Amino acid sequence: EKADPQKTALLLRKAWTLYSVTPLYGFRRARLRDYARLLGAFIAAEKQKGLAVEVGAELDIRVALSSLADIRGSELDQAAVLVQLSSRSRGSSRNSEDKPVWWGWFCSVFGDELSENVPEHFTCLPLFLSHGAESYTALVGSWFQKTFDCCFRRLAISPLNLSWMVAMWAGCKLDRAASAVELVFSVPRLAQPLDISYAIHPEDAKALWDTVQKTPGEITQEEVDVFMDCLYAHFHRHFKIHLSAAKLVKISTAIASAHCDGMVKILHSQYLPGVLMLLTELAISQIQ
Amino acid sequence: HLATSLPLPSERDHLRPRIDLVVFMIDIKSKYSLKNVETSLAYVDASFFLGKVCFLVTGVGRVNACSIETNAVCKLGETYCSPVLFCELELEGVRAATAQRLVRMLRICAGHIPGVSALSFVSLMRKSNDD
Repeated sequence: EKADPQKTALLLRKAWTLYSVTPLYGFRRARLRDYARLLGAFIAAEKQKGLAVEVGAELDIRVALSSLADIRGSELDQAAVLVQLSSRSRGSSRNSEDKPVWWGWFCSVFGDELSENVPEHFTCLPLFLSHGAESYTALVGSWFQKTFDCCFRRLAISPLNLSWMVAMWAGCKLDRAASAVELVFSVPRLAQPLDISYAIHPEDAKALWDTVQKTPGEITQEEVDVFMDCLYAHFHRHFKIHLSAAKLVKISTAIASAHCDGMVKILHSQYLPGVLMLLTELAISQIQ
Repeated sequence: HLATSLPLPSERDHLRPRIDLVVFMIDIKSKYSLKNVETSLAYVDASFFLGKVCFLVTGVGRVNACSIETNAVCKLGETYCSPVLFCELELEGVRAATAQRLVRMLRICAGHIPGVSALSFVSLMRKSNDD
């Protein structure tokens, strides 16, 4: 799989906010330029109405839509679609460069479960990731919802899913030095909120996962439970605190980090498809 | 009577009335609560599992705060031949309805309803397993 390194680099090391999106009706890839123009006009109109962004009233927003041909799982997936908003200050010369201010992309990696059962004229791109001001996300989201009759919903990640992610990603082989595996827990029902951060040396975490996983390439709920129970037991032995009674809110590995409010940061291009596949699955189960 | 785990302290054994129903509460947001219940189950006399035990899973309203797989709890119910009830205590209506359900079960377990015994729960469980 040859990925365009420049485009892929755009996707790495940014904090993405996650949404699930229902299938888009009447979306045609040939019309990306038209859509960009229409979306640009919509944003300009909203700004005129004074309903939009507070900052940069003198800035023009330019919209670019493109296909990310290699961001897909199988041939059954639609290739990803990237939306980029750039600003150019109105007084400046023609040659001044546009400054990117917002990114959003729709994708589907092995999302066959959804696309199998969808009627004609619908395009399935269930996972949406955005980076940039929330006000732009709202504008872009409402234009897509109006134009393609779809629905965006914030994608939350449960502690159960976070523990799958940390087990999977801590077990990934990495050639160069990896950062620590970190789990952040929030302790409920206290007068003042308390967060506990539990950092584990990446080699220890991988060694633990290797003893737990029976079949390479396959992961079961039992294996994830055993992995987490070992971490909890170790912590309890030292600090006499039952982390299993707290809420796992954030996990961080060298591959990617994820937060229960539905935010993700992907750090390693090699594992980008794997991470997207998991997130696509979560998006689809939120839609169904 | 409420307890955070079993066994119950033996000092108060002679003061305790007869126990007709044991409800194990599992908070779907706390893996620890499931482990606690699993350990406590060992201290329950086998005769209770003829309809006098049930599992109550709370916090199901917040799907995104799940730390436990619902399959795991359902399997627990199957293993111990006891019903599993799901509820959300933060919703007043559901809380009241669940309480009423438990009281109805308790009345049957205590023998207050003529013609129906706790064993009926067990046969109801078996029916859905056969399907």
